[in-house]
Amino acid sequence: MSTPTVARPSLDDELHAATQGNVRSIGRLVSAVENADATVLAAIATRKVGAPLVVGLTGPPGVGKSTATDGLIAHYRAAGRTVAVLAIDPTSPLTGGAILGDRIRMLRHVKDPGVYIRSFAARRQLGGLAETTETAIRLLAVIGFDIILVETVGIGQSEVDIARVASTTVVLVSPRGGDGMQAVKAGVLEIADIFVVNKAELPGAEETVRDLTEALAHRRPAPDSWRPPIVRASAATPGGLDDLAIALEQHREWLEHHPVQPGQVRAELVRRALKDAAVDRFRRALAVPDDAVARVLEGVTPVDAVIDELVLLGRSSRPITL
Amino acid sequence: MNDVTTDAGLPVRPVYEADAVDASRIGLPGESPFTRGNFKDGYRHKLWTFRQYSGFGTAEESNERYRYLLSQGGTGLSVALDLPSQCGYDSDDSDVEEEVGKVGVAIDTLADAEILFDGIPLDSISTSFTINGTAAIILAMYVAVGEKQGVPREKLRGTIQNDILKEYTSRGTWIWPPVPSLRLIADTIEFCAAEVPRFNAISVAGAHFRDSGANAAQEMALTLQDGITYCDEVVSRGRMTIDQFAPQISFFFYTHGDFFEEIAKYRAGRRRWAEIVTDRFGAKNPKSAMFRFGVVCGGASLYAPQAQNNRVRVAYEAMASVLGGVQSMFTAAWDEPFALPTEESTTFALRTQQILAYETGVARTVDPLGGSYFVESLTDDMEDRVKAIMADLEAQGGMVKAIESGYVQRLIAEEAYRSQLALEAGERLVVGVNKFADGQPPPDAIGYELDAENRKRQMDRLADVKKRRDDGQVSETLNALGRAARGTDNLMSYLINCVNAYCTVAEMVDVLKSEWGEFEQPRVF
Amino acid sequence: MAARILVAKPGLDGHDRGAKLVAVALRDAGFEVIYTGIRQLPVDIATIAVQENVDMVGLSILSGAHMALVRKTIIALEEAGGGDIPVVVGGTIPSFDVEPLQELGVRATFPTGSSLTDLVAGVHKVLDQHAAETEGTSWTS
Repeated sequence: MSTPTVARPSLDDELHAATQGNVRSIGRLVSAVENADATVLAAIATRKVGAPLVVGLTGPPGVGKSTATDGLIAHYRAAGRTVAVLAIDPTSPLTGGAILGDRIRMLRHVKDPGVYIRSFAARRQLGGLAETTETAIRLLAVIGFDIILVETVGIGQSEVDIARVASTTVVLVSPRGGDGMQAVKAGVLEIADIFVVNKAELPGAEETVRDLTEALAHRRPAPDSWRPPIVRASAATPGGLDDLAIALEQHREWLEHHPVQPGQVRAELVRRALKDAAVDRFRRALAVPDDAVARVLEGVTPVDAVIDELVLLGRSSRPITL
Repeated sequence: MNDVTTDAGLPVRPVYEADAVDASRIGLPGESPFTRGNFKDGYRHKLWTFRQYSGFGTAEESNERYRYLLSQGGTGLSVALDLPSQCGYDSDDSDVEEEVGKVGVAIDTLADAEILFDGIPLDSISTSFTINGTAAIILAMYVAVGEKQGVPREKLRGTIQNDILKEYTSRGTWIWPPVPSLRLIADTIEFCAAEVPRFNAISVAGAHFRDSGANAAQEMALTLQDGITYCDEVVSRGRMTIDQFAPQISFFFYTHGDFFEEIAKYRAGRRRWAEIVTDRFGAKNPKSAMFRFGVVCGGASLYAPQAQNNRVRVAYEAMASVLGGVQSMFTAAWDEPFALPTEESTTFALRTQQILAYETGVARTVDPLGGSYFVESLTDDMEDRVKAIMADLEAQGGMVKAIESGYVQRLIAEEAYRSQLALEAGERLVVGVNKFADGQPPPDAIGYELDAENRKRQMDRLADVKKRRDDGQVSETLNALGRAARGTDNLMSYLINCVNAYCTVAEMVDVLKSEWGEFEQPRVF
Repeated sequence: MAARILVAKPGLDGHDRGAKLVAVALRDAGFEVIYTGIRQLPVDIATIAVQENVDMVGLSILSGAHMALVRKTIIALEEAGGGDIPVVVGGTIPSFDVEPLQELGVRATFPTGSSLTDLVAGVHKVLDQHAAETEGTSWTS
């Protein structure tokens, strides 16, 4: 049985459908961003968007990030805001495969058209996790989501990456054992806008709060800077995220009075989109002549010299326009 | 099978000598810790119970079959419920319509239970229900039907499986989160001990762990840890002592093909449970410390290719179960992996047990393998492995935490994957599958037929009950149930009131959901 | 680029040994697998499939209710705009149901007892076929 070739709408139509809430369109566009599709990058970089609240949630495995994300979805939906979630999972270093399972904790929102949830595999991203995530956030903002939650496991660099793309970074620690202090040692002290001691009903929670308070006391923040609060939460309990919601609101208000230069951010995005598009077009335009390969194989011409030739060749093969 | 270890990875030496055994640990049959069996005369006066397959159908069809079985001298009924009834949905819920009446009888209200047991004197039979999530509701219905027949509660006999913990990890008919579910189970245990003393309120099942991929040591460890969790729940209320309910607890396992490992599993399990009940819970009555268990031979140890080979597998598994000291046994039919068993195949499965009991002589002496260097040593090794797994579960915060975090599910899934890869790599040999395979396609699966007419009858009956019942009484009893769920009262009397007002299963379940919430599946990978 | 596959269990049957084996095997074969547990409604499976923009949906059904559940899922996928996403089915599927399932649009069936090696190969085959059918479809500018 053969299916007829699927006709795709134009990119403009697809973006329009996405802003109208067409989930299929949103899903396809996010994939295009994941695959570093230069056309899409360029299209969204040049659009004006509102300023969604971008909350990054990070912390060690098992700390309750997905449950907290689930609770925040419910919180913002109750306030009538639309929510998009990017749930980022590690990839197997051996096979490149991944099981993306975070959304299992958010299943109750599956019927809500105001919620879009998307799983990301961390190491798949061609352009780097933070870059891809940033572009995906931009896309979701273009589509019109009010709140964007980015959830990622605190392994290696990814939590630091998240801090770069989120307007508010929430670091979750659990009271069990020494996890709390370990999170602090891993260098997340600098990136957190809000600390959450999750599962605050468990023994050891108060100790963890004390440890964190002490660690933060050693810092000497600039006079006008944000001082990260330490919030107790029980993500799995009704009302258990109320304090986090309040802290998020306070940080949002603070940001309003201390804005990052928006022009700078847009310029940076456009710069990257231009570069990606140019590299992409260059790659497609350039055919390496057999003669160049042969000269390298035979050692007739140094590699560097051949590359210089190729750059000239690629430039002349087609004018680069956007 | 690996050359030097058992399926579960216990090392096996080429030969065992006297130094392999600590003779002081062997003990005697009928004496705690019961390594050599619960009874001093073994099977001499009482063989194990032979259980047989029981079919599916509507309340009317099942009732007819029960009457036939009773007329043939049967004394025990076995009731399978359809998945909506097990998961707390009514037959008129469009989300579950394709499952109504599919793998068992549909029970929506007391009206269905009345038809199911119509003309069957509940004071002269024992009824076993494979029911977990809604077990308390089904028990309430059984009590209510008995009352309508004029049978007092103390004369009712039977068992509800009522083991919710393994549902979260392996079988999937959960409804509420673990903590309130445990409370409801403790309510049923209390209620049975106080008012329905001949009814077993729980059968702790390892079989489903095994079927979902656990090895023999994991199966035993997870089951014992579940048993501890249930006992903890009841004892911690301070209303009952261990000796008041432990004799009513029974266990249920799969016997698979690694012959001596299975025997060691049961011997080690008996010893472990006796020590747990005595040391941890302070039981005084030796009956409390007895580890009474039933088994199924078959399940995931059977294969569709060269399916007739399953007859031989089941026979060896049955012998291992008897040498392990089983109390009741179900032998699967050889065609079970792909079909609804036929009369021929189920009869043959029963004959397998009968030949074992009456021809082979294994039942002549108690624990014939007791004192064997190998079996005693393997029993000790198995017990050590089981202890280690249980210590790990305790370190995870106990069974409930280990389920909520997905730890147990992951443990089982990883073992299932390891075993499957070993099979596909030819490291684990299965005759007819990856050794001496003949390339013949396996026999075809036979689907379960869904009778559209029966489903309509079920829906009509439910609509009729809903029309005729007293709505005031329905909301009154449901409200009372909700209020009680917020407190600490035993919920059984509230459920019995609801049942008698012809509240539906889903109505009762939903009231408790609104108080307790629903189980949310954890991330496993 | 790793393909994305949704492994889902519609219906009330809670036996997920097979679904989990498949999820892990596909991960180890380099796929991105989205696994959302048991007891999912067909309409929710369809929503997740389009939200995640998966390249394939794999359904695991052991209750015998596969015809009804597969039909519901395929209809739900079409309604969600994901009618082009290939669907494969595993579980207790008798051979006489294979053709009716194909008529519903199912691309491959993997009955209980299929080896993981065969399953991974079958998944690759379906994805390759699908890629060939849809080659060159990008947005027009």
